[in-house]
Amino acid sequence: MKFGLLVGLLVGLVGVLFCVSLGVGPAGLDPVTAFLGLIGIGNRAAELVMQEIRLPRAMLAILVGATLGLSGAVLQGYLRNPLADPGVLGIGASASLGAVLAIYTGLAALFPLALPLAAIGGALIAVSALLLLAGRHATPLMLILAGIAISSLATAFTSLALNLSPNPFAALEIVFWMLGSLTDRSMLHVWLSAPFIVLGCVLLFSLGRSLDALSLGPDVAASMGIRPDRVRLVAVLGTTSAVGAATAVSGTIGFVGLVVPHLLRPLVGSQPSRLLPVSALGGAAAVQAADIAVRVIAPGRDLKLGVLTAIVGAPFFLWLILEQRRRLV
Amino acid sequence: MWDVLRAETLILRMGMRLLAVAAVMGVCSVHVMAVPKRVVSMNLCTDQLAMLMADEGQLVSVSHLASDPASSVMVTQAQRYAVNHGLAEEIFVMAPDMVFAGTYTSRASVAMLKRLGFRVEQFEPASSFEDIEKHILRMGELLGRPQRAKELIAEFHRRLAEARGGEALKRPLSALHYANSYTSGAGTLAAEVVDAAGLRNLGSELGLTGTSRLPLETIIISNPDIIAGERLAGEAPALAYETFQHPALKAILGGEPMTGVADKYWVCGGPFTAEAVAILNAARRKVVGQAHP
Repeated sequence: MKFGLLVGLLVGLVGVLFCVSLGVGPAGLDPVTAFLGLIGIGNRAAELVMQEIRLPRAMLAILVGATLGLSGAVLQGYLRNPLADPGVLGIGASASLGAVLAIYTGLAALFPLALPLAAIGGALIAVSALLLLAGRHATPLMLILAGIAISSLATAFTSLALNLSPNPFAALEIVFWMLGSLTDRSMLHVWLSAPFIVLGCVLLFSLGRSLDALSLGPDVAASMGIRPDRVRLVAVLGTTSAVGAATAVSGTIGFVGLVVPHLLRPLVGSQPSRLLPVSALGGAAAVQAADIAVRVIAPGRDLKLGVLTAIVGAPFFLWLILEQRRRLV
Repeated sequence: MWDVLRAETLILRMGMRLLAVAAVMGVCSVHVMAVPKRVVSMNLCTDQLAMLMADEGQLVSVSHLASDPASSVMVTQAQRYAVNHGLAEEIFVMAPDMVFAGTYTSRASVAMLKRLGFRVEQFEPASSFEDIEKHILRMGELLGRPQRAKELIAEFHRRLAEARGGEALKRPLSALHYANSYTSGAGTLAAEVVDAAGLRNLGSELGLTGTSRLPLETIIISNPDIIAGERLAGEAPALAYETFQHPALKAILGGEPMTGVADKYWVCGGPFTAEAVAILNAARRKVVGQAHP
């Protein structure tokens, strides 16, 4: 398939899903009222629902989804490991831990920026530990094991922090941090996360050519003037900034970063510089679709996003492991 | 053949008689045990009713929630009793002759205590004013304080009558908005409180029953006259409370705070529930522009 056509189709898909997302909600607005509310000339209630509740939700779905798809593609390309993704590697769980510490100690209430910054800090610790533990030439197995260890540890500390909170609701919110949700997020969350997500994504996009070169082997890359330490730094900063900020407002949403690059890779001829933009778009479409589905399938139940992405993603992950095993044998 | 049948009938009859005797003895034993001397309560709602009614020295321990100012209206009184956390072991060493518990909380502990032979009296959560009266009467019977129960019911009626006052024909719409965007629908104590305050309850009008989710979006589009819930001050933060900070909610409230009805007045039913009616009725008067009578 032509690359331009694929990008165009994905942009169209994300656009359509964005509009559908704006049209779905318990208030049951008809399309005309919804549109008038969105552009601010409808009645006051419709305006509030569209601009303050549905718009931030739809925007966050795109930001978070693009982050997950893009960071998954970069991690898979840079680590040359098909199982790499921010969820599997424990980056999401560690970002959650940072966010949890910021919110439940009350720090985020005093200083809102503490929320994305703490989550980015958590993600940074996870990525650094991962690279230290497994290194760049680690086998897929070593990397996944290191990721599982980091993920379990971060989740345990998150549970501990939530259980120690004197707030009776805190302990229940482990579900949000493990499965993710965009319910009733506001523009405040968009403003808190968007700058870091955009910064991270710009850094990650800049890696396209380097990843192309690295896919030809380290020696070829070196001869083309690619400096591995610089690539690593940019990959780490980009991933932690985008994934950290996204997790801080949406919790961890699994499998998107794993599945989306795999689905799109055959369509772009396995070229990383082309995989990055389509993975970002594909991730945005996937999370947007999942967020529409949770509202349509179980309205009023506040189903978590991670439930849906896992139902689709986990069987795919199993299939991927079988593929890996076949290749190893 | 006939003999066998007669024998069976006889056995059946004897069985019945034995049962009847047992029942009578049971009644007797209840009667004999009617005034317990060491009572332990392991549920916030029974805590408060027991504290309101028990005789001097009769109540030994109440749950830790009874001294939590967010949930209990009787924090000072609770200081006089030993604290328990609803754990079977704690209750066991207190050697009570009667234990009060809720029907939904600490089920494993309640089952354990029953197995150990303790007399456990369970109370359903009150979901109407009628339930409150029934609970007070039953608690009075169990504690051997029926007179005190009658006094409390009279006090409840008096406070309700005071709280109500000034009903108009116009009944403004009220949305109950709790943490995590939950609300009370039809068949709940809160719905009856709202009704008694001369308001319509949005949750009930939307066909919700029990405590269920009412998304912020639905509240905004329903444009209620009053939005009421717990106004949380100095509470530890949680995502559950972020809904109270949502810009859409702030916008529809027009900069005013939500009508604050503390959870403690209606998580449990008691004479103090009349206070919730009074708060909501005051908010209603403000909306319809009615002066305090």
